[in-house]
Amino acid sequence: MKVLVAVKRVIDYNVKVRVKADNSDVDLANVKMAMNPFCEIAVEEAVRLKEKGVASEIVVVSIGPKVAQEQIRTALALGADRGILVETDATLESLSVAKVLKAVVEKEQPQLVLMGKQTIDSDNNQTGQMLGALTGMPQGTFASEVAVDGDKAVVTREVDGGLRKVSMNLPAIVTTDLRLNEPRYASLPNIMKAKRKPLEMTSPADLGVEMTNSQTLVRVTPPAERQPGVKVASVEELVDKLKNEAKVL
Amino acid sequence: MTILVIAEHDNSELKGATLNTLAAAAAIGGDVHVLVAGQGCGAVAETAASAAGVSKVLVAESAALEHQLGEAMGDLVARIGSEYSHILAPATTTGKDFLPRAAALLDVNMMSDVIGVESADTFARPIYAGNAIATYQTSDAIKILTVRTTAFDAVAAEGGSAAIEAIEASDSAITEFVSEELAESDRPELTAAPIVISGGRGLQNGDNFTMLYQLADKLGAAVGASRAAVDAGFVPNDLQVGQTGKIVAPGLYVAVGISGAIQHLAGMKDSKVIVAINKDEEAPIFQVADYGLVADLFEAVPELEKLV
Repeated sequence: MKVLVAVKRVIDYNVKVRVKADNSDVDLANVKMAMNPFCEIAVEEAVRLKEKGVASEIVVVSIGPKVAQEQIRTALALGADRGILVETDATLESLSVAKVLKAVVEKEQPQLVLMGKQTIDSDNNQTGQMLGALTGMPQGTFASEVAVDGDKAVVTREVDGGLRKVSMNLPAIVTTDLRLNEPRYASLPNIMKAKRKPLEMTSPADLGVEMTNSQTLVRVTPPAERQPGVKVASVEELVDKLKNEAKVL
Repeated sequence: MTILVIAEHDNSELKGATLNTLAAAAAIGGDVHVLVAGQGCGAVAETAASAAGVSKVLVAESAALEHQLGEAMGDLVARIGSEYSHILAPATTTGKDFLPRAAALLDVNMMSDVIGVESADTFARPIYAGNAIATYQTSDAIKILTVRTTAFDAVAAEGGSAAIEAIEASDSAITEFVSEELAESDRPELTAAPIVISGGRGLQNGDNFTMLYQLADKLGAAVGASRAAVDAGFVPNDLQVGQTGKIVAPGLYVAVGISGAIQHLAGMKDSKVIVAINKDEEAPIFQVADYGLVADLFEAVPELEKLV
């Protein structure tokens, strides 16, 4: 079974973003970039499926600037077999990205597409579902467990009230939630080996997709700051303040 | 301009999130229709019809819609969606599952987790885990949004008298519902509770959460947790408050043994009053707390329970 994993280059999880002084966007100059954490979980899940003998080949695809090769190499070092970079400097909106991925799916014919449920830059949580709609594939979103059995997948989903299990025929799309697995670190020998794994360069135009935009960024502002409060000395004082000052008890 | 709001419900009860979403629709302005899709959900449609500002309720019932699976819901919303200027759903795990699917079928982009309506085509939403608020203007023919319910005050549940109309629903489904394990609790729902008591890594283990449950029961509060507490296995994930969990904005939020990682703050900083109890006086949670108590939580929480 072939597994396709989509990954995105985003700001590193540990970096605190700042809004530019002119409110035009967030400041990404000289900021450390990395693979989106939910995408790492998707790569890890694919590698585990391969280790179990369920997956035979893992293809990792990214859409973005040339430097996104770094994130593909990271995925290759974690155990993916080959990479595809769909190179573009366009502003990435979910629908165009889903259309590019659909073209890749048609070319590669994977049985399973694994992707993060959202990226930590735009926090959209849309692309997997959109790809499902465009390809007509079923979707198991926000997955905390994936069990592949023959031509079926049973996906346990994290929903608001708890967990929900759904079953679907392959090919299918699964988007990952945090508790699906804990991604491994790449070992040095595997990082060296990843440099020799194939990485195909292509473009949206090569795939017959036009990158369009329908959303114009008007402004970006920092979130409202809370006024610093007071320290109380005891539980009694706390209860008194909550009852008589804040009036919430 | 007619706006379609998709109701959040469990076939027997209309969820409060729908009323918050209706408030976002009212902020956009226009005629508002509500879609109730499910199976045996007539009572839900009746409730939706009496919500303020609703002019029509569409009811679609079929076996495939019983569990509101993303594929069947996406197909249905896309089928009727081209008639509307806007389509809104609450940003719950249900809305987030089916609405992008409908958007792609209608060949438009969408906006997730909208927290502000500036005009009929300009909306604000958090990006980078809530560290920035982006305002976008969209040129899409149909504006499709999921709405962060804590950002909009619910419309009145009573006062409307909308017409109810049954619409055709397909019975085909490409995924199959297997089972569901929902947390059973007499406590209020985390996202709708007036008071939330949350525990973090400082609780040290799952058993110690009993302390928080006792306090919560006395206050009629819900219990939440930080991601650190969930990752450590103290409590299940559906208690998680934060960017990757639930977004809450209660009248009173009590953070117990929570350091205040940015991703946790993203989930609770819109609460009206925040209390932090932590023995580390340098903990970042104190920077957002209205009242901070530097104390050993194992002494402070039982004392608090006695005094409230």
